[in-house]
Amino acid sequence: MTAPVLEATNLSKEFPVHGRGSRGTTVKAVQNANVTLHKGSIVALVGESGSGKTTVARMLALAYPQTAGTIRLNGAEVSHARNAERSYFRQVQLIFQDPFASLNPLHKVRYTLGRALRIHQRTLRGKELEEQTLELLRKVNLTPVEQFIDKFPHELSGGQRQRIVIARALAVRPSVLLGDEPISMLDVSIRLDILNLLAKLRDEEGLALLYITHDIASARYLCDTIQVMYAGQMVEGGPRDSVIQSPKHPYTKLLLDSSPDPGRSLRSGDTGLFDVADDLGEPPNLVDPPSGCQFHPRCPFAMDECRQTFPERTEFPDGQWAHCWLHQKDRGHVLEGKP
Amino acid sequence: MLNGFLRNSKVRIGLGVFAAFLLLALLGPWFVSAVMHTTPRTIDYDALGQPPSAKHLLGTTLPGSDVLAQVIVGARGSVFVGITSAVLATVIAALVGVPSGFLGGRLDHGLTAFTNLFLTLPSFALTLIIAGYVQGAAWWVIALIIAAFEWPGGARTLRSQTMSLRGRDFTVAMRMLGESKTRLVFAEVMPHMTGIVSAMFLRACVAGVFAEAALSFLGIGTTGSVSWGTIISEAQGQSAILNGLWWWFVPPGLCIALLGTATALVNFGIDEISNPRLSAANRKLMKRFRRAARTAEPEVAR
Repeated sequence: MTAPVLEATNLSKEFPVHGRGSRGTTVKAVQNANVTLHKGSIVALVGESGSGKTTVARMLALAYPQTAGTIRLNGAEVSHARNAERSYFRQVQLIFQDPFASLNPLHKVRYTLGRALRIHQRTLRGKELEEQTLELLRKVNLTPVEQFIDKFPHELSGGQRQRIVIARALAVRPSVLLGDEPISMLDVSIRLDILNLLAKLRDEEGLALLYITHDIASARYLCDTIQVMYAGQMVEGGPRDSVIQSPKHPYTKLLLDSSPDPGRSLRSGDTGLFDVADDLGEPPNLVDPPSGCQFHPRCPFAMDECRQTFPERTEFPDGQWAHCWLHQKDRGHVLEGKP
Repeated sequence: MLNGFLRNSKVRIGLGVFAAFLLLALLGPWFVSAVMHTTPRTIDYDALGQPPSAKHLLGTTLPGSDVLAQVIVGARGSVFVGITSAVLATVIAALVGVPSGFLGGRLDHGLTAFTNLFLTLPSFALTLIIAGYVQGAAWWVIALIIAAFEWPGGARTLRSQTMSLRGRDFTVAMRMLGESKTRLVFAEVMPHMTGIVSAMFLRACVAGVFAEAALSFLGIGTTGSVSWGTIISEAQGQSAILNGLWWWFVPPGLCIALLGTATALVNFGIDEISNPRLSAANRKLMKRFRRAARTAEPEVAR
């Protein structure tokens, strides 16, 4: 395999808690996260709200500094110095979740894209600038381009806005795109368009993509590798098909079971692992996370070990890995529903 | 947006009155000398303290000066001081509030402390003392003193708005493209505050006119020149109220009130645009819609 474009190791982020009586306490938003992005491949980061996915993306986009861990771009460690940041932004771009908030309502498409182009090509002007702007619009399939260039954001639909946001990110010719739930605010009917656009960018431009989502079905559609996050920790990862077809962590199993599947009827009597429990529980409070494996209060297989220490990583032959005591204790078969 | 702004009748009236006063301030002295052939200090010994008449449209003061001439010439003193102090106050508020909110950190702490200090000072009392100290100062000195105590409220507003806009996705997105801080402030953040800044400016304008009038009334404003404040002050000094010379102090008072009303009207209009729910037109539309819905209902039922 080729060298990774963007690699984050043991990334952690703690946010200080403000308020009376909580001096010195922190929210452990992300703990020891590892992300590796390769040219021309898409990694999905899956997890429920509050699991720290967005924090990982924002750290990778240098929106705020990490508490611990390192980020390497093309093998070189990234610093937060102003000039270093600028050249980093040229390589790594973030696509925001909300296309209604991430475009300045007072600027036309021409200005937004034109600025994005000119920040890194300072001498770009006139006809050439116009040509490159139109080229960007063509790249994200906003045709007829001559019409879209003079629109204000409020004249565009959500899907069209998200295309502009993607075009703006592409303007700097990045090698990495970080998509922070890029389709979650869009109508279901246009989500597929955006997913196909991202897939096209991966194939044609050879971009490395981090695709963050809570929707495992879209991850399955788009991605090559899936990583699952729970309460700020990476609990499982690996090639898409292995993770989805044979999840090795009970939490992945829960996520898969909770995504609607037309093939599985409610009345069929086909009980999943979590059907017995009426209450699936809530994600833990990250100011005071549970000891050991953070999933143990919700896990139907929790053992004593789970309450005490976080399990080591178990590697499987096809590249899949998981942090779960079941595999350390040779009880992995319970996940397949066998006794 | 500007179109909708100008179509608003409140804004039109407000801006019209404001423009009229501005014109008066610019051309007033020329008008008085060229058309009325008099000066505010010219004394007509045949008419001392006379009520309005054909010769003196707004009557004369007790010493025999024409009140209309005084009010017209006085507009310059009042309006110029008001506008100059408002420009200064707005600029200072922007220079303090915006960097403080945008850059944050130690600079923010420092500037906020500075703002709070000015905010808690008893501003009018201090204006009085300082104006009294530099007695007989030129009009722009008075404007400067008024501005110095007018800006802190605006700075607080701009600071909080900037802080909110700095964290919005579109600003963060442009920052992550590598946009410079200056550009972020001027192209992404500031354009969103035009409404607030213009409202602030107009309010400061009126406050400036009021403050100038108050200072002149107390006899420590600009000396030698006429302003609405000095007219009222003289009227008070010569017991105009006791003698029933209402035409002496009512016109300048009305002018001040009218200017205040005009800016209030423009501000209402700005409010309606930035908060469409306040719009009177919309309320009318909603009423019509409800009436239509009521009358349409039976038909639907059928």
